[in-house]
Amino acid sequence: MKLNKNVAVSESGLLFNPVTGESFSVNPIGIEILNLIRDEKPEEEIAEAIMAKYNTDKPTFEKDYQDFIGILSHNNLVESHEKTKA
Amino acid sequence: MTKLRYERPVIKKLETGMPNKFGTRTEYQPLTHIDGVAVAKLIKDYGSPLFVISEKTIRTTIRKAKKAFETRYPRVQFAWSYKTNYLNAVCSIFHQEGSWAEVVSGFEYDKAISLGVDGKKIIFNGPEKSTEDLTKAISNDSLIHIDHLDELYSITDLATELKKRPRVAIRVNMDTGIYPMWDRFGFNYENGQAWDAINKIMHSGKMELVGLHCHIGTFMLSPFAYGIAATKLAELALSVEQKFKHELKYIDLGGGFASKNTLKGSYLPGSDTNPTFDDFAEAISSALLNSNFKQDKLPLLILETGRAMIDEAGYLLGSVISNKRSSTGRRNTILDIGVNILFTSFWYDHKITPAQPFTQYAEDTCVYGPLCMNIDVIRESTSLPLLNRGDQVVIHNVGAYNMTQWMQFIALRPHVVLIDTEEKPHVIRLRETLDNMNSMEKVPGHLHKFNL
Repeated sequence: MKLNKNVAVSESGLLFNPVTGESFSVNPIGIEILNLIRDEKPEEEIAEAIMAKYNTDKPTFEKDYQDFIGILSHNNLVESHEKTKA
Repeated sequence: MTKLRYERPVIKKLETGMPNKFGTRTEYQPLTHIDGVAVAKLIKDYGSPLFVISEKTIRTTIRKAKKAFETRYPRVQFAWSYKTNYLNAVCSIFHQEGSWAEVVSGFEYDKAISLGVDGKKIIFNGPEKSTEDLTKAISNDSLIHIDHLDELYSITDLATELKKRPRVAIRVNMDTGIYPMWDRFGFNYENGQAWDAINKIMHSGKMELVGLHCHIGTFMLSPFAYGIAATKLAELALSVEQKFKHELKYIDLGGGFASKNTLKGSYLPGSDTNPTFDDFAEAISSALLNSNFKQDKLPLLILETGRAMIDEAGYLLGSVISNKRSSTGRRNTILDIGVNILFTSFWYDHKITPAQPFTQYAEDTCVYGPLCMNIDVIRESTSLPLLNRGDQVVIHNVGAYNMTQWMQFIALRPHVVLIDTEEKPHVIRLRETLDNMNSMEKVPGHLHKFNL
């Protein structure tokens, strides 16, 4: 999983995609995850980092993470995302 | 180290100036307490979902309504509309505040009597009153509001049989300029049905015509329509006085005042736009005072408003079962509150507030209930803070009709808790049990056994 080149993420939660000109707002946890993706951390490591800091469990985070990645993919913000095949 | 509160990651495309059906975010503060009692504790003690009624709000609301009318008109009497919420504790609060009982069925009539309401202070409305119901009402000297000619003739017969002179009024329907015009109840004003019914009553000599009643609609957003209704009833009452030298004791404008809920399809929230008690009082009182009643002959003004009296006192607490994403990418949140206990979600865009702190981030959300039915939608489109599984929510303004029109479908109906004016909770209706349901059923002997 890689964040698309040129996608800019500000600390305050504004994400800008210069390819499409679209802007997004992201909440703080989302920014943390985006930064970990940018650092090319695997999903397990991202989950550990989030669970160490926030009061959540693995099934909840995994579900929310997949949902978040799905939206990133839908908006062409990540380079590769293996979609579920029918 | 204490971990931070988790919030699911969310990303939202910024579309400045683009209107959508979800609207803007509306919730800025969680509702953690109701009348000083923690929502989390209420759910812990009584389960989720849970209806909560605020006694303080009921009393404040009825007093506000009384003040609005009594400062404008000298003779006012409220009657509690049982069908809006006939939990005994709720009815008793209204009776303590001086409201008579307004009932629309034999069941409701018996409920009022069993609560100790004086029969003379029960108004009996509705199109279906059995001979047994009418006999009771006549014997108790209740106020019977006649809906149709068949009922009028039944009362005439019973009056002879019982050797009583029933106190009656007729329900009048009329054009007040609103749509749809309710003409299925009572006798029409414009085509002369009402005047015809009055003449039949007066000439029969068997009944005492004591009042005139109308109920022009429900969730009325125009106070002016009540002004028109009051003017027409006043004209009818003055015609009776002129022809029969008979003074009517009261004019009953019924109910139908809008509460602070937001009707589906409304552009602005009902809390900002719906008329107040003062607006309704001004329209009705002005019409009656400006009519040709003499100063010392003003009829008693009876009001049977239900919804506007109780809606704001009712809360429905619930919990998030799950968050999902639809095939179109829309956020779906499933609550443990279904349309079986929140019937009014078919009419209103109910305000939903989380019961725990949240951040400023929100997502366009469709809120579903737990029923295995496609129609189980609590809010089709709302912008909600990010809720986690297990988070608690409060649905506002649910006091009217939900606790009378709820359905025992798939699940058992929950506890209803009243928080008294001392901030103490009381269960006023127990959660149903399987035994409650089974106790009403009978299985024929040949069906007692089966082998699978």
